[in-house]
Amino acid sequence: MNPMWAVFRRELRGYFATPLAYVFIVIFLVLAAVFTFQVGGFFERGQADLQPFFRWHPWLYLVLIPAISMRLWAEERNSGSIELLMTLPLTTWQAVLGKFLAAWAFAGVALALTFPVWITVNYLGHPDNGAILAGYVGSLLLAGGFLAIGTCLSAATRNQVVAFVTAALVGFGFLLAGFPVVLDFVRGILPQPFVDAVASLSFLTHFDAISKGVIDLKDLVYFAALIGCWLAATALVLDMKKAE
Amino acid sequence: MIKTQNLSKRYGDVLAVDDLSFSVAPGEVLGFLGANGAGKSTTMRMIAGFLAPSAGRVSVCGHDIEHDPVAAKACVGYLPEGAPSYGEMTVAEFLDFVADVRGLAGARRAERRRFVIERLALERVANQVIETLSKGYRRRVGLAQALLHDPQVLILDEPTDGLDPNQKHEVRRLINELSKDKLVIVSTHILEEVHEVCTRAIIIASGRIVADETPVALEARSRYHHAVTLRFDRPEQFAAARTALGGLREVAAVEADDRGLRLTAIPRSGGAVLPAVSGLIAANDWDVPELHLEAGRLDEVFRTLTQSPASAGAPARGDNTP
Repeated sequence: MNPMWAVFRRELRGYFATPLAYVFIVIFLVLAAVFTFQVGGFFERGQADLQPFFRWHPWLYLVLIPAISMRLWAEERNSGSIELLMTLPLTTWQAVLGKFLAAWAFAGVALALTFPVWITVNYLGHPDNGAILAGYVGSLLLAGGFLAIGTCLSAATRNQVVAFVTAALVGFGFLLAGFPVVLDFVRGILPQPFVDAVASLSFLTHFDAISKGVIDLKDLVYFAALIGCWLAATALVLDMKKAE
Repeated sequence: MIKTQNLSKRYGDVLAVDDLSFSVAPGEVLGFLGANGAGKSTTMRMIAGFLAPSAGRVSVCGHDIEHDPVAAKACVGYLPEGAPSYGEMTVAEFLDFVADVRGLAGARRAERRRFVIERLALERVANQVIETLSKGYRRRVGLAQALLHDPQVLILDEPTDGLDPNQKHEVRRLINELSKDKLVIVSTHILEEVHEVCTRAIIIASGRIVADETPVALEARSRYHHAVTLRFDRPEQFAAARTALGGLREVAAVEADDRGLRLTAIPRSGGAVLPAVSGLIAANDWDVPELHLEAGRLDEVFRTLTQSPASAGAPARGDNTP
């Protein structure tokens, strides 16, 4: 077995070894339902789509994803098991990827468990299921983006609370970058190309497009690049800690 | 084969390991000794590839630990200090994980798994969650993990810490058994262990090697080397012997334990006192129910070497950086 998959399996099983995983999934499902039906006005809109459902995912993930990612490395460092892991014959990349993919798979399980919403909308009307699938893909990519950030910040500390807070803060930055308020502010001090650069960094810009059912290559590239960069940063942080 | 060349590790202003060069060959059991904070664990972590050296090189089984870390780590079994593991896993799951990462499969995997579980007496706890186990069991799980792939090189950081005397004995026997065809590096602060398992001992102080010898040679450095200890039953003979021993030409000093009525005659360096002392006993017709010749006291050698590095010929550098 590739060492990466060994790490992946161990990590994924680790999530379900504690009640944390189940608590997380329940909170995610409850909040997703509350936002969709209460805040999002799913029924009042009278439209058979999942816009009110996906719209709130960035904000749910902002708070919930750091809870998944915070333990990835901080816990290993705190318990000392990182010394064991990093002296096994595997590369830093294999360890980083294995852990990240396990966290992502876990987020994927939580997301998949929202299927009753999909059943509901199909029962009530005739939605565009292609668009809904695109929404799920977008949501999964968004979760991956948040997770990659959280992985890196978890590698930088031995304290899970610090890992949680910093991941939420940086994630918040990536969300806000697409807001008109922020963009107007940037427009006031920097030339237009910078405004575009900031806007193109935003989760919201790219997620909105996909969640409306438009899967554009540039949005996929954005998420792939974002995840790749943050994971590379994770490997870098781990190597720096090694030489510290 | 392990080779370190000018290995150094610096944490900020503190030089934890200072220019260590040594090599260890298969069949050797190297005891790594030093006071807490002397740089033992740091050195072992660099050899195992957990820490990157600030300067110098480490090669393990011919693989440079920085340029070819995976190949180097593949031939090493490492027990980190404190034997960390994944607390939420059962012993069996944990060993399976290590076997997966190390690429053990098929019949060999089953055989090695059975061997370590049996050899470290883990059968009873194989399906228990590691964090519910006692310290001794956890240490044995750590050892099992290190031995799982039958490595050529074993690096064990305080393998017997937290074990009871029977378990300690068992682990030492295991190390002796393994050392026939393997290379073992053990760090410890239990000096009797050095005598029991090591073929060679390196003492480090402030990150530098202050002694690199066989345990026997190390004991010979002791002022108690070839000293003779006598126990008396009668206080008046004890008192008389004390003066008489002090008068012997061969004796450098006499140490007395007034409550136990014991005298230790310490020879002048390189000399022997036993013939003179036994002559004295015979001449005075003392009752000596106990008499023994000492090989030397490792703890005393250890103290001399690690407390005053200057006297051992190694100036302390780095530890007094402002």
